[in-house]
Amino acid sequence: MDNVIWIIPLLPLVGFLINGLVGRRLPDRLVAIIGVSLPVASFFIAVWSFLELLKLGDEGVLTSTLYTWIVSGDFVVNLTFRFDQLSAVMALVVSGVGSAIHLYSAGYMHDDKSFSRYFSYLNLFLFSMLVLVLAEDLVLLFLGWEGVGLCSYLLIGFWFDDMENAKAGKKAFIVNRIGDLGFFVGMALIVITIGTLNVPEMKNLLEANPGLLTAGMATAITLFLFVGATGKSAQIPLYIWLPDAMAGPTPVSALIHAATMVTAGVYMIARLGFLYVLSPTTMIIVALIGSLTALYAATIGMAQNDIKKVLAYSTISQLGYMFMAVGVGAFASGIFHLMTHAFFKALLFLGAGSVIHAMSGEQDIRNMGGLRKKMPITFWTFLVATLTISGIPPLAGFFSKDEILWKAFSTHLGSIGILFWAIGLLSAVITAFYMFRLFFVAFTGESRASEDVKKHIHESPFSMTSVLILLGIFSVIGGFIGVPELLGGSNHFEHFLAPIFPHLGSRFDAHSAHTWEIILLALSLVAAASGIFLAYLMYVKKTDIPKVFVKKYNALYQLVYDKYRIDELYGAIFIRPFFVLGVIFSSIVDSWIIDGIVRIVTMATAKLGRLFMSFQGGDVRVYGRVLLGGLLLILIIVVFGRV
Amino acid sequence: MITTTHYLVLAAIIFAIGCFGVLTRRNLLVMLMSVELMLNSANLTFVAFAKSLGDTSGHIFPIFIMTVAACEVAVGLAIIITIFRMSKISDVLGLTFMKDIKSG
Repeated sequence: MDNVIWIIPLLPLVGFLINGLVGRRLPDRLVAIIGVSLPVASFFIAVWSFLELLKLGDEGVLTSTLYTWIVSGDFVVNLTFRFDQLSAVMALVVSGVGSAIHLYSAGYMHDDKSFSRYFSYLNLFLFSMLVLVLAEDLVLLFLGWEGVGLCSYLLIGFWFDDMENAKAGKKAFIVNRIGDLGFFVGMALIVITIGTLNVPEMKNLLEANPGLLTAGMATAITLFLFVGATGKSAQIPLYIWLPDAMAGPTPVSALIHAATMVTAGVYMIARLGFLYVLSPTTMIIVALIGSLTALYAATIGMAQNDIKKVLAYSTISQLGYMFMAVGVGAFASGIFHLMTHAFFKALLFLGAGSVIHAMSGEQDIRNMGGLRKKMPITFWTFLVATLTISGIPPLAGFFSKDEILWKAFSTHLGSIGILFWAIGLLSAVITAFYMFRLFFVAFTGESRASEDVKKHIHESPFSMTSVLILLGIFSVIGGFIGVPELLGGSNHFEHFLAPIFPHLGSRFDAHSAHTWEIILLALSLVAAASGIFLAYLMYVKKTDIPKVFVKKYNALYQLVYDKYRIDELYGAIFIRPFFVLGVIFSSIVDSWIIDGIVRIVTMATAKLGRLFMSFQGGDVRVYGRVLLGGLLLILIIVVFGRV
Repeated sequence: MITTTHYLVLAAIIFAIGCFGVLTRRNLLVMLMSVELMLNSANLTFVAFAKSLGDTSGHIFPIFIMTVAACEVAVGLAIIITIFRMSKISDVLGLTFMKDIKSG
């Protein structure tokens, strides 16, 4: 305990304890002060630790062991926090964006009757997330992993009076359990083969003795861990919970379901990058799932009308990009996009929250419009975020997304990278299209709200707009720490993270790489511009095009609108059979076999009891008879037994 | 000539009669008498062995037993008569008023 990094997760825990235990008796203002100031303090400690880390140079790392948690033979789990380059980035993003959203929540939730419960959950979430990113041991990481899952469940179902919200929380929890099972099996396989779950130790052991893992075992472990990541980070096939998770309060969607928790899977793979590079099969699968998810979720995003649903699918799609990045071995690019995404997606969600707040809970973009005059700050910050996610230079999203596309194209995995790149580029067009569709429909044109709602539209309070501006600034400048060398930058971000990640080559030599990178850059720009232009054409210039299109391809539109009916498919092939199985077990196995055994046991006991009861009837002559019979028996044995 | 064996067989027969009486009869008085029969069969055995082994201590025991049996009869008869007076029952199967449950 020679440094203070253990205080970083501790402070939100203290906030959780205070607000959770006595928050109901405290005035709301005090609850907000406690709930916001502790995360902010933990952000400053993270910044301080970051500066300390910079002093230590490339191989520097801060660790802080609190105590030994589990000792079982050779298997030891320490409660150790590790502050290296990767956890530094994650801790800064989590506590920084987290603090901003806490502040925003104080304004957004000010008239909610469960104000203190909200802040205690939010603080608990921040604690779990910080444990997750600071954990040195996979067991401790798993503790945080489950903790954020729990908080996600609690906060999705925060307004549990409405059955739909409670159901959405349950769905998120159950789908995550499926993923977590995979994670757990992966951890168990690591214990069997490598013998420790301590990440740096694992790395050292593997470097010293690469024979610990066969290629097949490495593939199995990484795939099982990846199953956990698909659950937590909403990738195909376990993405279905995230759109429903929008039932929670909007700041929760911004913090948990956009900026931090859902990126835990990307972080985990990046953290275990040295394992993943051992299995090219897994790498290709991860990249493929990521790119397919990016495209698939983007197409659904085109047809949604609920502002939060559009953003939810956009989140799934952007997470797909991150998985594409870590899949092709560009771990730093994945984390870079994770960071910029945290800024602009949190901003988008908070902007959406500001709109919803102003429009008395309205979430359908068809009932919005004409918000520029009435909500100028929300309007401009939302525009910045939309430009960022579309990949317009020099905003943050441009650098991070372009980096991923380039790394996918030039991956050491071979020419399959072109496929990932092509899917990614197509998704980029669609992303720019649906985000600007959302922007044009929701913010520009004439207001389509009812007169009642219209009267109330107002700009949000300062505690909310200040956060929007702050995140807007970060969305603009956040990319400059990772400007590629091609554009005259020096890619500080990648160099900073370099000590953590394995180094994988590119399939191009330096000269052809240069040419290719310029071509791809130009194509990315064309993609973003064409997407925006298409949206402008369809939703501003000739607004009848969408209607004609929907009429002409109604079946296709309905299919996309209904999210390809994957929920219904899962319902038919998984939930329904399980339900039937449940009915079978409850009506036959339980009421006949289990209850039957119980009844037989009780009946036999009663019968046996009745049998022996006759010996205890109180009739002396019966006692006498039994006595005599026994005596005779003994006599016979004594007399004849000896012969 | 009457040997020890004859005495022992007689004692066994008396014991069996007494035993049979205790186990089969339901009248308290008869059961008490049957118990006395068994006691006396034991006396007979003692005396027979004392005679054949020439050990006088075998003669002492029947006297003790008779004394104890007399006491026992005095107490036993007193109880039986009291019960009979109280409940007009001399049948053992009817004597269940000391417990709650019915005999099986």
